Amino acid sequence: MVKDKELQVRAIKNGTVIDHIPDNQLFKVIKVLGLQKIDNMITFGRGYESGKFGKKAIIKIADKFLEDEDINKLSMVAPAAKINIIKDFSVVEKKVVQVPDEVKGIVRCVNPMCITNHEAIPTKFKVVNKENISLKCHYCEKITDNENMRIVED
Amino acid sequence: MNNNSLVSIFDYSKEEIIEVLELASEFEKNPNQDLLKGQVVASLFFEPSTRTRLSFETAIQRLGGRIVGFSDASSSSVKKGESLKDTIKMVDNYCDLIVMRHPIEGSARYASEVAKVPVINAGDGANQHPTQTMLDLYTIYQTQGTLENLNITLVGDLKYGRTVHSLVMALSMFNPTFHFIAPKELEMPKGYKLYLEDKGIKYFEHTEMEGVIDNADILYMTRVQRERFADPLEYEKVKNVYILNNAMLDTTKDNLRILHPLPRVNEIAVDVDDNPKAYYFQQALNGVFARQAIICKSLNLKK
Repeated sequence: MVKDKELQVRAIKNGTVIDHIPDNQLFKVIKVLGLQKIDNMITFGRGYESGKFGKKAIIKIADKFLEDEDINKLSMVAPAAKINIIKDFSVVEKKVVQVPDEVKGIVRCVNPMCITNHEAIPTKFKVVNKENISLKCHYCEKITDNENMRIVED
Repeated sequence: MNNNSLVSIFDYSKEEIIEVLELASEFEKNPNQDLLKGQVVASLFFEPSTRTRLSFETAIQRLGGRIVGFSDASSSSVKKGESLKDTIKMVDNYCDLIVMRHPIEGSARYASEVAKVPVINAGDGANQHPTQTMLDLYTIYQTQGTLENLNITLVGDLKYGRTVHSLVMALSMFNPTFHFIAPKELEMPKGYKLYLEDKGIKYFEHTEMEGVIDNADILYMTRVQRERFADPLEYEKVKNVYILNNAMLDTTKDNLRILHPLPRVNEIAVDVDDNPKAYYFQQALNGVFARQAIICKSLNLKK
């Protein structure tokens, strides 16, 4: 049931709700999913009380059903996010974020001497630690970890 | 991407390493063979490296191949701002194999994905230098008769030493016992130690050479550089501790061989050079045979 959330963020008839986004990651999530580029009706908000997680943000995307591949991109910025697939105002499916084995794009390589920071090459990483996200660059082999993670600017 | 490229030592399986070492030993017996007749190899050195470049070019010449390329980025289109991708795509058209040294890390991996011909990494920044590792392994194989179960002692800059890291990782496939001798500031990084622990490989750490080198089969010396120390006084304290001189070799094993990736400065005293255990110059010569073997493997040339 979404009763108290409905007071603050309008319900959608069909689409995807991404809930429990850490408050300060809202815009990174938008960027990671490329939501600024699509035409769908999107509602989002931040600063909601979230009990044990402090403050949270929510995004509701109408008429779009996020695939697992996109959801898993969130592992870099909002690994604890909860995804609800909505049809006819009801939650028909709940999904969680799974950390993938490989990450393409999304994150910059931390190494200033990496070729991806010198030429127009999309980044590519192997995830070497799924609990404390650690990414090994496919090109320069250095590790980019949570602390040093920067999202690729578009 | 061409799967015959060699970008990192881990592009080779254990079996492939042994295959290349056996091939290198055949080239040592017979280094002049026209296996590369009619082939053109591009030698692209975006940063200078006389030793590696001459070693590769000798390897190619002795196999009857022809070379095109450059030895410095300033004498190439890179100076005009051409991207690495475009440079590689252009050279790809002209040659059968690319040998490349570049200051940017990951450049060789990228080149191997852009080019249709195989790419051999002759050094990408501080990242990989797999042909050095192969010549180090060949030297160990040649002098010890095997790579298995050896006491490998590494001395000097174990923190920044690219050749040291690569050699340790490669040898870890052969059940070694490692002894690391380094000042605290330059000790073997945690990541590598964890890797060894994970594989159940024994290693011991020391800060002095005294007593430790007597059991070594291989003594791999590296230079301790002043620039690597945050505190110059620390450097002054340790700069003479990691120096090998001839007297220290009296109590070492007969089969001990002393290796160094070169250039050496003062970490191996000149009085060691005439000791039969000194092997660093032969090690450099082995570079030619190892590279001949790597080139032949990349081009699938059977003898």
